[in-house]
Amino acid sequence: MTSESKSRITGTVQVKRGLAEMLKGGVIMDVVTSDQAKIAEDAGACAVMALERVPADIRRDGGVSRMSDPEMIEGIKAAVTIPVMAKARIGHFVEAQILQALGVDYVDESEVLTPADETHHIDKWAFTVPFVCGATNLGEALRRISEGACLIRSKGEAGTGNIVEAVRHLRSIIGDIRKITQADNAELFQWAKTLQAPLPLVQEIAETGWLQVPLFCAGGIATPADAALAMQLGAEAVFVGSGIFKSDDPSPRAKAIVEATTHFRDADILAKVSRGLGAPMTGIGMDDTVKFAERGW
Amino acid sequence: MGSPQVRPVIGVLALQGAFAAHERALASVGAATRQVRTPGDLAAVEALVMPGGESTTMARLLHTSGLFTPLAARLAEGMPVFGTCAGMILLATEVLDGRADQHGFAAVDIAVRRNGYGRQIDSFEADIEVVGLETPFHAVFIRAPKVERAGSAVTVLAEHEGVPVLARQGAITVASFHPELTPDPRLHGLFVTDNDLTK
Repeated sequence: MTSESKSRITGTVQVKRGLAEMLKGGVIMDVVTSDQAKIAEDAGACAVMALERVPADIRRDGGVSRMSDPEMIEGIKAAVTIPVMAKARIGHFVEAQILQALGVDYVDESEVLTPADETHHIDKWAFTVPFVCGATNLGEALRRISEGACLIRSKGEAGTGNIVEAVRHLRSIIGDIRKITQADNAELFQWAKTLQAPLPLVQEIAETGWLQVPLFCAGGIATPADAALAMQLGAEAVFVGSGIFKSDDPSPRAKAIVEATTHFRDADILAKVSRGLGAPMTGIGMDDTVKFAERGW
Repeated sequence: MGSPQVRPVIGVLALQGAFAAHERALASVGAATRQVRTPGDLAAVEALVMPGGESTTMARLLHTSGLFTPLAARLAEGMPVFGTCAGMILLATEVLDGRADQHGFAAVDIAVRRNGYGRQIDSFEADIEVVGLETPFHAVFIRAPKVERAGSAVTVLAEHEGVPVLARQGAITVASFHPELTPDPRLHGLFVTDNDLTK
């Protein structure tokens, strides 16, 4: 939603997507307290995601997972100078309204929380605050963009410390973008049908060779090498959830992941920053795991 | 320095932020570019664009990458630099509302307030008049720094609501907005031609 005064216009697509541009090449870290937010900022995070429990704990505790307490979000906003994001449940536009009123910089309409609507996502055009949404494939990404998302992240499988699902999602999204750039006009109609995505967005990808908004990686990053893998696959920045504050020694690991994301093609630097970080979070396999990524439609 | 047959290479500081958009804008005005992440990269360029992004993140990475000292030396030698948003913060002599440990290059005599225009919901677009351009430039401000003081050595090239938003001191140009996010390449063109980076 845009609003216009005499000498400035706010809430435009340009300023919403613009903040995502500023986050590129950076690491957005999940934090649950002001102290963690400060550790993240000191380590070089380009933004923090304020939430009550990291995904690994949400997975362990079960039950319904909701938007965080505004008091906790405000505490984190006051503790750091970098952008603060927060999560709303899929389809829960009132949680998003509250987060906008709190002045958060980005809302994550997230499958990590329990969905509030099994059919509809939030109409994100109705907001001044920008939204990030998860996607497992290109069709899902384009449906979210058509609803007003200004940043797409892979869903991966949050709270597992296992990068395999994020790799699957990035390969699927980026692989299909590559194929679309080779398609002729007739094939683009079929692509739109197959992806269940709006034709104009598919045609735009064929022209530009990339998504309309930045594409970041989330879900399962636990090591500097994981972050660099996501970047080399084509992600433009990374979210790290449980991977930092569920590890043995969060601060050095956070710093190492920041450096690995910047120098993602430099194996010498990656080798240097990967040393002596202590144990990463204990990962879990996918066989018996509840898949958060299946939430969202 | 490059021989007359070789186009000068303009570096784009690629530690974090909107460096890719700057590369596109520079390419559209015919400049050769190179991403700068290490001292070796810096030694290979003749000018530098410092992009928007998070200034705290970049400040940390300037130190871990070993770029801070050589970049400070190049600034002192008069290397042409264009700093936008976070780049402006890193080049300013005084940063208000920054982190206590935040110190940059102090190369342009301005005081800037981080996020001086507010949070993301206050980010905005506006048309500004720029010295040297015949028609207004459409500027995008994102969690922008606000210039609260400009010293006598600083030439203000554009203002918005009476506040400087584009300024120059010597070979260094700074903007609180993002010329790389709009398709209008005129400011990148001015940076290239004013600093003789086309030959």
